[in-house]
Amino acid sequence: MSDDTLNKALFEFLCRMGDNTLVLGHRVSEWCGHAPVLEEDIALANMSLDLIGQTQLWLGLAGELEGAGRSADDLAYLRDAFDFRNLLLVELPNGDFGKTLMRQFLFDGFQSLILTELTRSSNERVKEIALKVKKEVTYHLERSSDLVVRLGDGNEESHRRMQQALNELWPYVGEMFIDEPEDKLLSEAAIAPLPSSLKARWETLMRPYFAQAKLNVPDEGYAHKGGKHGTHSEHLGFILAEMQFLQRAYPGSTW
Amino acid sequence: MYAQMVKSTGHAVRALEDMEPQERAFQERINAGEKIEPKDWMPEGYRKTLVRQISQHAHSEIVGQLPEGNWITRAPTLERKAILLAKVQDEAGHGLYLYCAAETLGVSRDELYEQLHSGKAKYSSIFNYPTLNWADIGAVGWLVDGAAIMNQVPLQRTSFGPYSRAMIRICKEESFHQRQGYDIMMKMAFGSEAQKRMAQDALNRFWWPSLMMFGPSDKDSIHSAQSMAWKIKLNTNDELRQKFVDQTVPQAEYLGLTIPDENVKWNEERGHYDYTDPDWNEFFEVIKGNGPCNKERMDARVKAWEDGAWFREGLMAHAEKANTAEAAE
Ligand SMILES: [Fe+2]
Ligand SMILES: [Fe+2]
Repeated sequence: MSDDTLNKALFEFLCRMGDNTLVLGHRVSEWCGHAPVLEEDIALANMSLDLIGQTQLWLGLAGELEGAGRSADDLAYLRDAFDFRNLLLVELPNGDFGKTLMRQFLFDGFQSLILTELTRSSNERVKEIALKVKKEVTYHLERSSDLVVRLGDGNEESHRRMQQALNELWPYVGEMFIDEPEDKLLSEAAIAPLPSSLKARWETLMRPYFAQAKLNVPDEGYAHKGGKHGTHSEHLGFILAEMQFLQRAYPGSTW
Repeated sequence: MYAQMVKSTGHAVRALEDMEPQERAFQERINAGEKIEPKDWMPEGYRKTLVRQISQHAHSEIVGQLPEGNWITRAPTLERKAILLAKVQDEAGHGLYLYCAAETLGVSRDELYEQLHSGKAKYSSIFNYPTLNWADIGAVGWLVDGAAIMNQVPLQRTSFGPYSRAMIRICKEESFHQRQGYDIMMKMAFGSEAQKRMAQDALNRFWWPSLMMFGPSDKDSIHSAQSMAWKIKLNTNDELRQKFVDQTVPQAEYLGLTIPDENVKWNEERGHYDYTDPDWNEFFEVIKGNGPCNKERMDARVKAWEDGAWFREGLMAHAEKANTAEAAE
């Protein structure tokens, strides 16, 4: 395998990491000023801030590695939807606060596992970022799991909403664990794990929380996919139209 | 400032010798620059006025998340997005400190929310104006946080301990916000023609509402006189407004932007800039609910509260279960 092929695979992978955090950060930030309690306004702004910070690291490295002179901002603001590599899960509309929390929880579990692996990456730069953001993500998982448990095991209404959120989001979980051709290359080079290898660990990690939350985990079922190679839901286009507006309307400006 | 036209007792300030001993001792402590703490005796009027003022300030921080939050998803770079997120997060944090300060006076956050949502309590008129272009985010930091600082820096010395301490924390962050806002303005004003146009448009729209933030002249107001005697207000509205104009005019000049008031000019004799008073009819209309965004702002806050009821109740139910389980052990 040529260095070039591996580089391209790594670029794809870094875009997946960065696009996940970017798009999820965007969705989470939509709650600013609209959360159910003031403490959650603060927590969600903080969460979104972490995710945007992580985006700068992942996409920054992606741009550097690509060597075409694109910055993290160029990648975030000047690619169209088919070049985005995020999971469908993170681009779904927020729904109620329970659905937002459940999505965060499902993602945080995956993210914390993949980051743990990346802290052992053979690529120094990837490893460096993983080490830097691991703590943030551990905290995110602590927070989201705690709230999912408390609401799942709260009253009838909160339980109903959390169960519904889980049912609705479940078909978007499977995509996290699909191996793409790039993943195989990166796993052979010990740069990143095979997503499929995280599946069993994810279940082991998440099941106790679901049990504590008294939530029924749906059967495996159908998994929506396509995000990781650029076939997205209709939602992403609108996210980008909003996010990229200024850069598109006033190209070449300094902000 | 974030508290405007806060009503006090509505009575003239009494002379020390006309006070009952307890009240006199209280006033003498204030005169001596001592801090009043929540457990100390205080006149009912002092407590009530403070609750009004602190809660109005807290509500302003909370409602203030909305006009700025309006641009988070559209911020033009990742760094600008992060800075704006951090700022909006700070504002929510300010709300939190202030609600806590108000709680020490025996009023719960839920009660204060209730007053906000029912329209009984006010928040700063400034947040009823829309943010229409990206430079507005710069203008809000520069002018709105700037005006807030004018008022809040003296309030660090206010007589009520928890309020004073909240102000000390808040002021540090506000001056950060102001610098960041001005930084956006510089990028815009020194940027492309289109960006300059946005910057000027933002200044045109935010200039007058920023002057209104200080409230109408209160040099003859008995409410202000009492608040000043109690050191929960330290300067008149006109003093602060003048200070703000004096600070802001050279900053606008540096940016090459025009203040939308042709009467702004340096007055050698006064040692201040002259300026035109804002349109107070507009101000009173905004206070009454007729500003461009009053309805949206309140609807958004009420919706957030109502939509979130299940969340708060669910957490309470969980906590109760956990308590019962613990008690049973
Ligand atoms: Fe603030
Ligand atoms: Fe501020």
